[in-house]
Parts: sequence; structure tokens; C-alpha cells
Amino acid sequence: MSAVTAPERTFRRRVADLIKRRETSVVVAIVLVVALATSVNSSFAFGRDGWRNLLLTPSLLVVLAVAQAVVIISKNIDLSVSAVLGLTAYATGEMFTAWPSLPIPVVVVVAIAFGSGLGAVNGLLVSRARVPSLVITLGTLYIFRGLGIAWVGSAHIKPSDVPDSFERIGIASVLGVPVLTMVAIVVVIVAAFVLGSTRPGRELYAIGSNEEAADLYGLRVQRRVFFSFVASGTLAGLAGVMYAARYVMVDSQAGSGLELQSVAGAVVGGVAITGGSGTVIGAALGAVLLTTISRALPIVGVPDFWQQALVGALIIAAIVLDRVLANRHARRLVQEREPNVEPAEVAR
Amino acid sequence: MNSLRRRAAAVTGMSMLLAVGLAACSSGEPEGSESPGPGDSGDEAVSYDITFLPKNLGNPYFDASDNAGKAAVESFGGTYKEVGPTEAAPDAQVTFINTLSQQGVGAIVLSANDPAALCDALAQAKEAGVHVLTFDSDVNPECREMYVAASNTELIGQKQIDIIAEEIGGSGQIAILSASANATNQNAWIEVMKEYLASDYPDIELVEVVYGDDDDQTSYDKTEALLSQYPDLKGIIAPTTVGIAAAARYLSTSEFKGQVMLTGLGTPNDMRDFVKDGTVLEFALWNPKDLGILAAWAAKALIDGDITGAEGETFTAEGLSSEVTEFTIGADGIVVLGDPFVFTADNIDDFDF
Amino acid sequence: MSSTLIDERTAPTAPATGTRWRRLLFGRDAAIIALLAVVWLVALFAVPHFNSPSTLYYLLEDIFPVLLIALPMTMVVITGEIDLSVGSMVGLGSVVVGALVQGGMPFGTAAAVALAVGAVGGALNGYLVTKVGLPSLAVTIGTLALFRGLAVSILGNRSVTGFPQEWKDLAQSRMFGSGTALPSIIWLFVILAVVFVTLLHFTPTGRATYAIGMNDEAARFSGINSDRLKLGLFAATGAISALAGIWFVLYYNTARGDNATGLELSVVAAVLVGGVSIFGGKGGLPGVIAGVLLIGALRSALRLADVSSDAINVATGVLLVVTVIVPSLVLWLGRVRKALILGVRVRSGAPGAPHREEEL
Repeated sequence: MSAVTAPERTFRRRVADLIKRRETSVVVAIVLVVALATSVNSSFAFGRDGWRNLLLTPSLLVVLAVAQAVVIISKNIDLSVSAVLGLTAYATGEMFTAWPSLPIPVVVVVAIAFGSGLGAVNGLLVSRARVPSLVITLGTLYIFRGLGIAWVGSAHIKPSDVPDSFERIGIASVLGVPVLTMVAIVVVIVAAFVLGSTRPGRELYAIGSNEEAADLYGLRVQRRVFFSFVASGTLAGLAGVMYAARYVMVDSQAGSGLELQSVAGAVVGGVAITGGSGTVIGAALGAVLLTTISRALPIVGVPDFWQQALVGALIIAAIVLDRVLANRHARRLVQEREPNVEPAEVAR
Repeated sequence: MNSLRRRAAAVTGMSMLLAVGLAACSSGEPEGSESPGPGDSGDEAVSYDITFLPKNLGNPYFDASDNAGKAAVESFGGTYKEVGPTEAAPDAQVTFINTLSQQGVGAIVLSANDPAALCDALAQAKEAGVHVLTFDSDVNPECREMYVAASNTELIGQKQIDIIAEEIGGSGQIAILSASANATNQNAWIEVMKEYLASDYPDIELVEVVYGDDDDQTSYDKTEALLSQYPDLKGIIAPTTVGIAAAARYLSTSEFKGQVMLTGLGTPNDMRDFVKDGTVLEFALWNPKDLGILAAWAAKALIDGDITGAEGETFTAEGLSSEVTEFTIGADGIVVLGDPFVFTADNIDDFDF
Repeated sequence: MSSTLIDERTAPTAPATGTRWRRLLFGRDAAIIALLAVVWLVALFAVPHFNSPSTLYYLLEDIFPVLLIALPMTMVVITGEIDLSVGSMVGLGSVVVGALVQGGMPFGTAAAVALAVGAVGGALNGYLVTKVGLPSLAVTIGTLALFRGLAVSILGNRSVTGFPQEWKDLAQSRMFGSGTALPSIIWLFVILAVVFVTLLHFTPTGRATYAIGMNDEAARFSGINSDRLKLGLFAATGAISALAGIWFVLYYNTARGDNATGLELSVVAAVLVGGVSIFGGKGGLPGVIAGVLLIGALRSALRLADVSSDAINVATGVLLVVTVIVPSLVLWLGRVRKALILGVRVRSGAPGAPHREEEL
């Protein structure tokens, strides 16, 4: 048996690894899209509004994609994030209307806590009932959305309901970077740190790779899964507050359809739908790419209702690519182990 | 056996839960269900069972019209109900029309999302004895008995063009932000606008019509897209109250405020801030409350059998802000409320809707 | 792709006739039918106008696409897969018909093209699942977006309305004249139901379906061509979804990109409520048909009681969640009881407790 030699971690090697990473391809794609759109209409990136929107519009989806990534990495899925977003966005507006003297930070915290509570419901059902999260969150998506509609009815939050200072958060910038974008960046950094460098985070990867092995190893699978859903609910709640700040007009349909886009963003950014791999940075970049593409489409002359078809095509392309790369990688590992044997069809 | 029994127990529990839930849901039943069978308005002339079915719920314009309609219906002793979809789509309205047929209501007052798609369902409703009239947005004339129009279509279309033309100085690029792509009323106005532009304002170019679907976020995003796609754009017309509010909100925080002019049809309450801060100079509308009231009285007259929707017939309506009480039906069963009204910074505080 | 854990369930063998009857009368299917009867009775008393003959007509027409699609979907779920793209395929089918008819094609030809599109789309799902080896959840989420996107792109925001009256009558007319209860189109469902019930419960293909769901690898080793069967099932699901799209256009008289958005919830709910296990290998069509009718009756009653359509979706969602957690709940309660008797602490995720690896 030939010994497997560790590849030298030369600088060249590290650069090569970096280039091969999915995140790098996504960054390149983003740059290409922006360049293309800007070449057609320079105000896309360089106009005052253009620059602001370039950074600001993706921030919502970035937070949602991070929420989704946390859950997908542990081999689950959370389809209810858009309903949680809608509910917390409306709750934010309602709190301002009902208690105008409440300080903004209090409203924000309560709204986010609301999101955590909803996430906890999901987490409880998935971790205790041993039912696939697909089914549970499909149900809670409609339950939360329906409850939201029952609560909101035909009412909606208007700009006059919300304090001006809160409204300003939605479009204010500090040193050229919109406030909401900075929030999103902080979320990404914290999530990346927790998932990449803390034990609970790394355990999520383990659970996503092989839940039975993780269980046998002694990891507290139920607890981790529960908290992963609480996390996604919390982040969806934060996204709801951001939605209220940015769009201000919140009705019963707020956020519809975003659950699919959050999954798409995560998947395109390299988070494998089969769990166990991918990074939140990748998910964030995927979300940025998707939003930028849909904003660039009208500029380039493509009617923007092609955006949804594009999202679907990108999801499929991403998971096929993941599959092909995983197969190739597994085959290569087998060959390294036994260089004289024909690698058989890799087990699925 | 044990598992079977367990399963049976679980299912019985579920069924009891469902039954209780169902009973609870329906015990909160509102009025309008005492009629013994499908609408036989013949021998129940006193029961004015009127349902408003707007394009979609959650639209402040329809909130105003339907609430006023409700007050009117209750003022002549009728029972009022409002149902509608959350999205302004025609197939969603079909389901509601079918349910109303089943329930045998006295009359449906409908603002249609499409001129032709609803006709089959409306035919079945009429067969079930339900009176059908449209308001705000029409269907094909053979599918309904009457249409209560807010104003003359030509007038509405031309007025908006006149306003924007004056604001942009008679020449330049404009775009239209409409509601849903099939909406009868918006499409009729857009047709008028195109003809009027061709005949009276050859120097103004209409670059695109985009559709906000009467959804706030969609309209907001479409406005953003319009502005980034057409750097030379000078004006936007939004003949939909949801669209103009969203567009105004976007414009007021953008670098184009004051440079790109915005007008259209809006409600004073939604537009007040934007008129005060200069984003919008003038916009038009009529009083949606009056529209709702007129539609309610028209429904009553139909149920009473006083009118059938033929040209020349007259009926009364009470409580309108214009204090007009006699209305005459024109050709094609259309009755018109009045002329559009132009709101400006000077007069906007006089209104509350 | 399915787990190889041996668990409490035994391999399916054709039971003796006596047990089959026993299972029919006391099993899960009977429970659903009983539930359906209960809901119907409650609605008759509590909801006004429920007792008119039109009620059944509108109920069946409203639930018709779910009735159709639940048939192949049952078999897909029994093999351990899932197809979330059905709602989007209904939309795509309807848009294809609408666009072609608007372009001047006769309706029949346009419908045939739509069916072909459905079969191709379904085959795409099947190919990605079987040949490329992707999890069906991920694939069908992607195709859900892709098909819906194509549907919206073909027509833009416009709707196509106005279809030939003879075709519309096919979908809308009542079987015995106006004022009676059954829609004429129900014969289409009856034929398809007979086909699928025969296929699933009385042919080797049906038994192979169950075998694949119980243990895919074992099924392959015993000679079952799992890939071909799954591919065929996905293609059938796509074609029947397109068929439902054709019906949709005729009944609602509108071809629009967002037709039938969210339909997949009702289909999945009906299949699961009908007793099919999400992990595969268990369940049958009679239960599913009862499940569809149950959801249809629930929706009809709520509509007549003036409950909003979104609240109706809540009810469907609640039904779905309750259905899937009740067995686990009951199991957990049983374990708690046993543990209390034995005086032992209960850990509901104890290693060694048999459960299937969760398929995404």
C-alpha cells in the first residue's frame, strides 16, 4: 500500500486551492455581471443610487441565505423563512404603531425574538418528531404565512406609521456603505466564525455528513438541530426588521417567494443540499450573485421575469456541478488509495 | 393490533380536533346566510345581500370604496360582505364568484382583473339567480348587467397625460407603471394615453409600460429598474394607487427626486407626504367612497327590479359627496360617477381617504 | 440512496385474503375515510349551503388537479422520492397551451404539445435523480423554480383568456345536466384512478415500487430496474401535471404564469394524510384518494363559511404537520408509558432505536 503523502502547503498550492473553491467562482461571476451591466449603463455601479442599491438590495437575501445555510449544512431545510420574515416585518411595524414611544432597539430585539420563537417551533417539530424538515417546514411555511394573513388582514404598515429615524436606517449610509449592508456583513462574519471555528458549528457539519455516525459518536444531535432552526428563525427575524426598514410598506404578502431564493443563494454559493459541506460566506456570495443578476437583467435588455427561470437553472446547475465534483473527488481518493485498481462506480 | 388501535385512537383524536375546529370556524359566521336556498330574489325583495369583490384585498383604494359601500348597504337595511384574493389575478376571483353562486347572494359588486376570464363563472352566478354588476374595472358587457364607472375613460387617460406633459415641458421620455397586465381599466386608460400622445404630443416618447401587479414591493422594484434602465427618463405615469405610492416612496429617497416627474392616480392620504416634499406636484383621482356608495345603490336597484341595466333607466343613490342623487344609465349599461379631480399641495389637506 | 437499516417493518408479502379485508376495514385507509365522513357530516350541519348539489360539483372541480396528480405522486413517494415541481408544471402546461392557442394553434394540438412538455420535464427530473444521482428534493426544488420561471417568461405578465367553448364545456359541464352534482370531467379521473390502482396494487410493477421504497439496493440486487421505474414515474407525474394544467386553463379560462402556485402543498399533504410514508415503502391509493377528498371537503366547507383562502392554506398546513407528527407523538407517548412502568429514563433519540436515515 503506497503511503499517502501530504501535499506541501506552499504558497502556490494555497493559491491554487483558493482558486478552485466555489466561493472564488461566485466572486468572479459577480464581478462579470456588474461589469456587463455597467458597460451598458454606467449608473448601475457608479451612479449615486446605483452604488447604493448595488450594496443595499442584496443585504436582505444575504441574511436569509446565511439562515438557510446553517440549516442545510446539517442536512435539513427551512422553507418557512419567508413567512417568518413577513411576520416579524409586520410585527415591527405594529409595535411602532401601537407603542410609538418604544425605543427602536427594543422593537428590533422583540421582533428578532419573535423570529427565534418561530424557529424554535420548527426546531422542536423537526428534532423531536423525527420527520423530515422538508415536510415540517412546508407545513409551517403555510401555517405561519396564513396566521400572518389572519393577523394582518387587509391592513398594511404605511410610512407614516413608522418613526422617521427607523425609516432612515433603511437607506442611510456610513462612509458610502449602507447601514443594512453592514448589518449583513456582521451577520456573515459572526456566522462564519461560529460554524467554522466553534465546536457547535463544526458539529453541525458532522451531523450533516452522517447523522447516525454523529449520534453514535455522542454528539447531541437533537439539541444541535433544534438550535440550528432557532438560529435560522432568528436570522429570518432580523431579515424581517431589515425588510421593514428598507421597504416600509409591509402587507400580508411581504417576503413571498424568498424562501426559494434563499435556498438558491445557499446552493449556488456551494452549500451542498446533501449537507455537511459549504460555507456561509459562500451562501452570502451566492445571494449577492442572484440579486445582482436579477437587477442587471433589465439593464441588459432581458425582461426581468426571466429571473425565476434563471434561479431554477442555477440551482440545478449548482447541484449537478457539486455532484460531478464530488464523484470525481471520490474517484480520485480511491485511486490514491489503490492506484492499480480500476475505480468502480462510486457508491451513491 | 396494538398499533392499529393506537392509530385509530390518533385518527379519532385528529378528527375530533378537526370537527371542533370546523365548528368553531363556522360559528363565527357573519350575516348573510339566512336565505334558505340559492338566491330567489323574487320573493325576498327586502333582503339586500350584497357582496363586494374587489381586484384584491389589502388595497387602500378598495378599502375606501368598499367601506363606504358597506355603510351605504347597511343604510338601506342590507347585509354586506367583502371577499377577494390577496393577489390581483383573474383565476383567484373565479373561485370567489363560484362560492358566492353557491351561497346564493343577492348581488355581486365586482372590480375585475380581466375582461374575459370571469365570464363563465359570472354566467353560472347569473344562472343561480345572483345579480352581477361591475365597478371600477369592467368585464365584457355581455357578462354583467351594469358597470359603475368612476369617470369617463377618455377623460382619465388624457388628464394624466396633460399633467405629465406640463411638468416635463412638453417633450422627453416617459414610462408607465401600471397595475396587473390584464386589468381592464388600466389597459383602457393606457390605450387612450397612447392615442392621445400620438395625436397631441408627438415630442413625448413612451418608452415602456411596466406592471407592478398592484403589489407594493413589485411596484417599488420596477420603479428602481425603470430609473436605472432609462437614464433620460423625464416622467412616470402610474395610473394605480398602489403603484404611484410605491414609486413616490422610491423617488423621494433617490437622486432623481425633482428631476423625474411622477403623476397618476393616487389617494390623498398615501400621497400627502410626497406632495408636501415635492416628489409629486399633481395627481388625480375621484372619490373612491362615492364609487362604492354608487355601486351599492345600483346593486339595490337591480335587486329591487327597478332597473335592468338598459340605457336610459334611472335610479337613486344617497350619501354622495357631490350630493347628486339621480343617475342615468348610458350605453352598454354604463353609469358614470363624475369627473376626475386633481389634487395638489394646496387642496390635499381637505380630504381624508 | 435509501438507508439500509433493518427496522421493525417486515418485507412486504401479499397477505392472505382474510388479513387483507381486515386491513381494509380497520387500517389507516379506513380511518381516513371515517375522518372524511365526520368532516362531511359536521359541514352539513355547521356550514350553510353545504347541502346543495352544487357543493359537490364545486368541491370536485376545485380539488381536481390534486386528484389527478396525487395518483402518480403516490407511487413516487412510495419509492422514497418526492416531486415538488408539480405545481410549477401545471402552470407551465397551462401557459404552453395558452401561448400556442393565442398563436393560432388548434386547442387539441396545443394540449398534446403541453402533455409532451410535461413528460419531458418529468423525465428531466427522473434523469437527474436516477442517472446523475441527485436527491429528488434538491432536484425538484430546482425544477420548481425552473418550470415556474419558464411559465412566467413565456407569457410575461399577460394572461391568455378565451378558449373554444366546446373544450371549456368538457371541463366545466356537469354530468347529468345543470344543477346536478358531478362534473363531467370526473370520468377522466376515474379512468386514471383505475389504471394507477391496478398498477400499484395488482401488478409486479406495483410490488417493485414498494420494494424499491423499502430498500433500494436490495431491490436492485433482486433484479428490479429501479432507475427505469423511477424515471417512468417522474415522467408520468410531469405528464399528468401538464394534463391538470390543460384542465386548469379550461376551467378557469385563464392561462397565466402563476397558475396553480402552491399546488404542491396540497398534493404532498393529500398523499401524506392518505397514509403514505414519507420515507417510502408504505401506503396505498385508496387512502390517498380519501385524503384528497378530505382536503377537498375541508376547503369547500371553509370557503362556504367565508374563511379566506389563505386561512384555508393554514388548515392544509396544519393538517399536514399534524398528520406527520401524530405517529411519532404516539410512539413517543408509548415509550414514555413503557419507561414509566419500567422506571427508566426515556431518550427519544437513543442510539439503536430503529429509524430510517432521514432522506432529504
